[in-house]
Amino acid sequence: MAALLHVDGVTLRYKTPRSLITATRRISFRVDEGDRYVLLGPSGCGKTTLLKAVGGYIAPFEGEIRIRDRRISAPGPDRMMVFQEFDQLLPWKTVLQNVIFPLRVAQGLSRRKAEERAYAYIDKVRLTEFAHSYPHMLSGGMKQRVAIARGMAMQPDILLMDEPFAALDALTRRRMQDELLQLWEETGFTVLFVTHSINEAIRIGSRILLLSQRPGRVKAEVDGIRKDVLDEAGTGRLEREIHDLLFAETADITELDHGHTVCDHTPVA
Amino acid sequence: MATPYVITRQSLSADVDPGEIERKLGFFERLWGSGTVRKTVIVLLMAASWEIYARHLNNPLLLPTLSDTLAAGWEAIRDGTLPTRVMSSLQVLLVGYAVGILLAAVVLVLAISTRIGSDFLETASAMFNPLPAIALLPLALIWFGLGPASIVFVLIHSVLWAVALNTHSGFLAVSQTLRMVGLNYDLRGLRYISKIFVPAAFGSILTGLKIGWAFAWRTLIAAELVFGVSSGQGGLGWFIFEKRNTLDIPGVFCGLLTVILIGLVVENVIFRTVERMTVQRWGLQG
Repeated sequence: MAALLHVDGVTLRYKTPRSLITATRRISFRVDEGDRYVLLGPSGCGKTTLLKAVGGYIAPFEGEIRIRDRRISAPGPDRMMVFQEFDQLLPWKTVLQNVIFPLRVAQGLSRRKAEERAYAYIDKVRLTEFAHSYPHMLSGGMKQRVAIARGMAMQPDILLMDEPFAALDALTRRRMQDELLQLWEETGFTVLFVTHSINEAIRIGSRILLLSQRPGRVKAEVDGIRKDVLDEAGTGRLEREIHDLLFAETADITELDHGHTVCDHTPVA
Repeated sequence: MATPYVITRQSLSADVDPGEIERKLGFFERLWGSGTVRKTVIVLLMAASWEIYARHLNNPLLLPTLSDTLAAGWEAIRDGTLPTRVMSSLQVLLVGYAVGILLAAVVLVLAISTRIGSDFLETASAMFNPLPAIALLPLALIWFGLGPASIVFVLIHSVLWAVALNTHSGFLAVSQTLRMVGLNYDLRGLRYISKIFVPAAFGSILTGLKIGWAFAWRTLIAAELVFGVSSGQGGLGWFIFEKRNTLDIPGVFCGLLTVILIGLVVENVIFRTVERMTVQRWGLQG
């Protein structure tokens, strides 16, 4: 079976007013249908840039990205984005209208059909009683749930999530991760998920691509992660192993953009 | 095996007295908390002091009393002069306002879609914005003659740049995330602008419309005062001028009050309502 998403030798570059920056270098991977594929790497490894390239917002400098064997050249509703920022919902629309809107404008569904489907997905993220609230009345976690419902309601080929839980508090983040897994079990969508947290990558992913510091290059790929087999000790071991893979050649103190400092192979005095 | 921690002071919420959670404010306290009530009191005090001082002065040529002014106003409404004057003013105003907004929209579409259009807007509005519209009136009179066309021309000038400038800066402030969301929905071109940029920048657009309205209203009254009568029918500014010429000072005051009243209604009723229904409801403004 052909993979859903092909990323073939993709080098991404973007311009700042002062220079041309290479964000990723010759990255290749493939995402199959039903995968929970995680791009994991320290800040500045170009993982978000890579996700935006899959979204069609940035054209590759080299290589190509294909979805269902069509070359990606522009943003489109077959790849719905979920951003980290809370302002991704249209503030002038209620929760329900936010979910309906893309169904109407991008898929041309009738008002009734769109509403029906929107309600179904709002229900899935347990926000039915807030269907008529405006985004500014919701908490951060609720806003992200609306964004997820909106993305899923479009029934895209793939859901692209750019650190959707990074701006949430730790307790809410844990709950959202569990909810996302539960949603995945119910509907089995394909998701490409960007994160800088090893812990989150293991909790969310069924496959993980490890990227190096800028320019982002593939360090390793973790495949066949089975939640049902992995116990707490196993998770800890995997976490350490991924950590060692990520920071293999840097024996100094490396800071993840998460805020916590990680010491590599430096014995505590 | 002993647990490495102890949970103490565990209580059921029912056991703990929560103390006073909420207390209703008194009637007068709530009344005084309302801005409308406080402002109404101020207006009433001002009206009362006007009346008292005017009676004390007893010189209707310099300062008529409030009651005389209201009586003159009632008379002007009954004989139909005031309503026709107001209508003719508002008519010209609306035409100028509408055409100004339309032109602003055209300029904005150019500005948002091309860099040179954006440069044009920035340059032109920087040049024309500091120029009071009324200063163009003498020129407009030469170009378009003595009539509503000249007034409409200066009104357009007073609306166009205020609306275009504010809307443009609002467009520029639309977050990168929202832009990406719009593209994700396959919105392009005019649909992209009207469905994402316009509502996202609605706060700035509204500010532009309010400033444009304020400029236009002042410009209109001033222009009418300058040459007033056009094609046999003047507006509110002409009404004031006319009353002064016949030394009908209560009439002058009543004209001024009408100018204030219409300005207040538009700014505090119409624009406030639009604000409440849009940006405030969306949480984009306090």
